[in-house]
Amino acid sequence: MAIPTESGAGALPVPPKKRSEARGLKKGLRQLLRSKTGMIGAVIVLIVCLIAIFAPLLATHDPNAVAPIDRLKPPAWLEGGSSDYLLGTDNLGRDIWSRIVYGSQVSLIVGIGAVLVSGAIGAVLGVTAAYYGRWVDAIIMRLADSLLAIPTILLMLVVLAVVGPGMWTLIFVIGATNWVSYARVVRGEVLSLKERDFVKSARMIGARSGRIIFRHILPNVMSSFIVLSGMNVATTIIMEASLSFLGLGITTPDVSWGGMLSDGRQYVATSWWVATFPGMAITITVLGVIFLGDWLRDVLDPRMKLKNG
Amino acid sequence: MGKYLVKSLLQMIPVLLLISLIVFVLVRVTGDPVALMLPESATEADRATLTRELGLDLPLYQQYGIFLTNAIQGDFGTSFRYGESALPLVLERLPASFELAFAAMALAVVIAIPLGIWSAVKRNTFIDIFISGISVLGKAMPNFWMGIMLILLFSVMLGWFPVSGRGGLTHLILPAITLGVSLAAQMTRLIRSNMLEILNQDYIRTARSKGIFELFVIGKHAFRNGLIPVVTIMSLQFTSLIGGTLITETVFAWPGLGQLLVSAVNTHDMAIVQAAVFVIAIFVILMNILTDLVYRLLDPRIKYS
Repeated sequence: MAIPTESGAGALPVPPKKRSEARGLKKGLRQLLRSKTGMIGAVIVLIVCLIAIFAPLLATHDPNAVAPIDRLKPPAWLEGGSSDYLLGTDNLGRDIWSRIVYGSQVSLIVGIGAVLVSGAIGAVLGVTAAYYGRWVDAIIMRLADSLLAIPTILLMLVVLAVVGPGMWTLIFVIGATNWVSYARVVRGEVLSLKERDFVKSARMIGARSGRIIFRHILPNVMSSFIVLSGMNVATTIIMEASLSFLGLGITTPDVSWGGMLSDGRQYVATSWWVATFPGMAITITVLGVIFLGDWLRDVLDPRMKLKNG
Repeated sequence: MGKYLVKSLLQMIPVLLLISLIVFVLVRVTGDPVALMLPESATEADRATLTRELGLDLPLYQQYGIFLTNAIQGDFGTSFRYGESALPLVLERLPASFELAFAAMALAVVIAIPLGIWSAVKRNTFIDIFISGISVLGKAMPNFWMGIMLILLFSVMLGWFPVSGRGGLTHLILPAITLGVSLAAQMTRLIRSNMLEILNQDYIRTARSKGIFELFVIGKHAFRNGLIPVVTIMSLQFTSLIGGTLITETVFAWPGLGQLLVSAVNTHDMAIVQAAVFVIAIFVILMNILTDLVYRLLDPRIKYS
């Protein structure tokens, strides 16, 4: 990798990135320590990640082990509860705590996986549209407009109805239907970057399109990309839970918080804990992601902060 | 105005064509309607007959042509679950969904406008932080969970409202709150940031310096201009409203289009799925055109630019 030095004659006028990146990171971390909600968000997200990673150690039972004798047991601290089942059991006698612990894996994998897929599709289409322009741009943006006319959940329902549920299907379906916002943001950024001097000079000295896109354009789009992803992870986690709640998302043996809620809904009159705890898990996780995402936005895109006060 | 309307309506055509293509490809190419419609005991000859009857032995482009011609005439096939034509089944569910969506949107506006303005006026005070906190919480809470918790509290424990179904006002309250609160959460944040922008403008400062009563400054000068973004926000929320309606209807067994669609997806009743997707898509597009028109009415400057 040839990073142009200050003395290098005829070097490409690439904006000096490395040093400013390190400084930016330090500054960002300092800002994180100062921002209360940012800290809360970071701590929540860290805890959820740790729970997901160490699920086998934290779970007290096999999340799918059925125990008819122990069905609908209340949480340990209530009358009739047992210390075996911290948060009680569901209608099949499965341990709710262990299921919540394993459910965190699904939430994170789908949340992050789907955002990566949609980000990748959006970035490729956005860069292609802006860089090549004319009819390529027209076709891609028309496609994006048409997708916006259909509510995403509707599109997902249709696709899942045909393809059938499952974790990997879900990642690709959510990913493939949510790329429009990425494509638009990336396209907008590339359109303005294309006219900047450092890109023009790179083209002038004969750099190939691929090199210009990967070396000069993509690194500069990164911050808007990360800001958008932060927000999207939160909506994706809720989306996965919603689809699983409707019976179209995650299927056994994988455990989803949304699916747990759907099981608990029928027993809400007699056993409130079955639906209450998974819902709390979703809310707390999403809250953490939103707080962390807002902090990321403030650090990476100060203009947005000004706008939102 | 007329010219604009014609142009927008014409622009619907490519979008609808694309949607029809997506639905056609998904349903015809990946699924096997014959296997879905016949019992497992059906013989090979039965399958061949049905394949021919449904026109599935024709080339794909011809199948798409037939599908499109039928769709234009409102014929999406027969629902195998209800044994009736799909489109009327979908249309008869619309009033229930409209009722819920309208109640939720009205509730959201009633909650969000005062909270958003208050939050902006009291910027960075305890009230602002409190309102922002609540709206973030409203955004983080999945609305199906909130629905279940409302049922637990108000139906099971207090016995104030029925658990599910559609009937009088008592049936409407919990589903409308469930759907309305999540919309209000988003709306409050957007109204706040719009109001902040407006409150910083010169004409507001002028109004204040003239000694006009503060409530009047905010109510008449600031809010009237703040109304335009509210219309945009409402149109932007339209898609989340549809998504939310799907889920809320399922939670409360509300007999609307969403519930019909979700159960059709679960039972692979493709005729209903197709009809519902088309009806919703047409509706979304019409709503977008309508918002644009309201926009022009509210801000006459747009017309001349």
